[in-house]
Amino acid sequence: MTAMQIVWAFLKILLMVMFVLNLAAMLTWADRRQSSMIQDRIGPNRAVIKIFGKEIRVAGLLHTAADGLKFFTKEDFTPPKADKLLFMLAPIMALGMVFTLVATIPFGDTICPKAFHLFPDFWNQHKNSAGDYVDWVPRYGTCSADVKTGSYPIDLVIAPLGVGILFVFAMSGQGIIGAAIAGWSSDNKFSLMGGLRAASQMVSYEVTLGMSLIGAMMVYGTVRLDDMVRWQENHAWGIFVQPLAFFLFFTAAVAENKRIPFDLPEAESELVSGYFTEYAGMKFGMFYFAEYAEVVTGSMLLVTIFLGGWALPFFHRDGLTVAIGSSTLLSVPIGHVWMTLIDVVAFFGKVLVVCWVQVVVRWSLPRFRYDQLMKLGWKVLLPASLANILVTGVVWLALDKAQPVAGEALKVAADLTQALVAVVATYIVVRGAIGFFATIKHRRDLVGSSAGFSTRSGGTKTSPMQA
Amino acid sequence: MATAAFPKKPPAALNAKPVDYAARNAEVRSYLPEIFRGVGVSMRHFFENTREMVRGKRPDPVLDRYDDGITTISYPEQKRPYPERFRGVHRLTTREDASMRCVACLCCSTACPAQCIFIQAGEYPEGDKRRGYERYPVKFVIDELRCIFCGYCVEACPCDAIRMDTGMHAAPYDSRDQFIYDRDLLLSFGGRDGSHHTQNPRHEKGEPSYPGVTREHGEH
Repeated sequence: MTAMQIVWAFLKILLMVMFVLNLAAMLTWADRRQSSMIQDRIGPNRAVIKIFGKEIRVAGLLHTAADGLKFFTKEDFTPPKADKLLFMLAPIMALGMVFTLVATIPFGDTICPKAFHLFPDFWNQHKNSAGDYVDWVPRYGTCSADVKTGSYPIDLVIAPLGVGILFVFAMSGQGIIGAAIAGWSSDNKFSLMGGLRAASQMVSYEVTLGMSLIGAMMVYGTVRLDDMVRWQENHAWGIFVQPLAFFLFFTAAVAENKRIPFDLPEAESELVSGYFTEYAGMKFGMFYFAEYAEVVTGSMLLVTIFLGGWALPFFHRDGLTVAIGSSTLLSVPIGHVWMTLIDVVAFFGKVLVVCWVQVVVRWSLPRFRYDQLMKLGWKVLLPASLANILVTGVVWLALDKAQPVAGEALKVAADLTQALVAVVATYIVVRGAIGFFATIKHRRDLVGSSAGFSTRSGGTKTSPMQA
Repeated sequence: MATAAFPKKPPAALNAKPVDYAARNAEVRSYLPEIFRGVGVSMRHFFENTREMVRGKRPDPVLDRYDDGITTISYPEQKRPYPERFRGVHRLTTREDASMRCVACLCCSTACPAQCIFIQAGEYPEGDKRRGYERYPVKFVIDELRCIFCGYCVEACPCDAIRMDTGMHAAPYDSRDQFIYDRDLLLSFGGRDGSHHTQNPRHEKGEPSYPGVTREHGEH
């Protein structure tokens, strides 16, 4: 291992762990603030820092910091008859597994150090005096390791495992243990009930989680997460190839995170807070944090497997190439550094969007009843995922036989899905911008006596509002 | 056969409407359409409220009350304006020379149904031109917790010395003795516009606002 590789490894770990930690913290804020926007409230905005006499509130973001401080200053309470070791171990397991999982998720394409120049030469079309590209790599093929100069290709993933997704399943399965032993060791019946519910729920949905991905693995022909993304980059995104699996996986992932509508293990109205009833201080904070970190990792997996990972439509390793079938409409080569940057930003941007969707879902749906939960898991989702495997197999076999005839049509269809993504994304952005700057009209009521009085005295708001 | 004194009425038609329960068809049982609709409603509220919040154009809680949107009033930074005749915390008014208008006649404490006013009357000192002519309250105490804000004291006052037009409500304190307002505190409150004077000035003869009648010679 060269020094360069060690530096890169540290950089990758730093980026990924910092992203998950910060996004998880931001999600606690988003959960509160987004819910308030959905429910026509202002939401928490009272946490204040005073700097030079100025009050700084940052739209309620400081509540997250205040929460952290609060966790550290609270009493670290252990119930007298609790199993001390397991009680201490449970939050560590819950949080630890989430961060182990992050290690296998690729957030960018492989970097070729030979072409990775920090300041690319725009003006000379990325070419040196001999006419060769210096900061550009071709679309296909990997860059070879150069032992003499010590330049090895760098995968933008902390641990490029050959077993890829199987490791992810193994680790996310370990998350059950944290919840289960937390419920068991607390010496509290509510906790035990919550732990039992968590274990049974997560085991049930773990099956669907795995089964829904088998179809995807068959299509992609690999279990490596980065190869899955490469397949989606060159063909179509997983959500078009495996639409049913996408919904099954999304549902199962929400159930794995134990969030509404599947938050039975911690159902406040029934079980106080389920398996972490007895936890206080930073131990509770770790459970709390693990939940949000699970949302982030779940979103990362969803993005990697179904939403094209780091790939943007028509962006490839060598730049932007808009092509439908064999006819190329536009081709712009982009330097390696910039392409890598676009990839990484695209991946994290997609993760943010999926996290946002998860929060919207959380604040829209009511909680399932326990029997409904089990019925949904075993009688609906599992058969659906099995059927998905069967149908995928049949269709895949048929398409494989028809490859010489239908190959070109499939290519066109795949490129059209990419175009669809690009068009829809552009439409959403443009429509959002237009909607944001559109004039805001309110239906004024000046008839009522209170309204008339309010108008005469200069409006209801006598002092400026602060978010 | 004689008819019964109280013939049995035929049973009345059921006073109820049949309810349309949701059809248990595939669309309903698959949850998904309704879930998408619900998430859509959430998203619409999210985008609209975020837009109004970011641009600072939230609907006015009173004037735009028929609109969806965030109509929160951030008390205590913001307050809903009280009506002009709102009866708030009492105040004692002063004359133009800043002396108390109250003459300690005990009308208000007599009229008070809650008996929350205590007045101890006193004579002005020797040499004061008002000595022997009127008295003043040595102590004037109102228990704001006991007050029922009926406004009888204001109506009973012959001198327009007590008013409830401060526009304030009693602040929440943490002990009961803090609700007992004494004379100097009541004198320190101003009206809505901040003035300590009575709003009914005297209209003397020769002033343009003089109504042309006097109490003694008025022709009502």
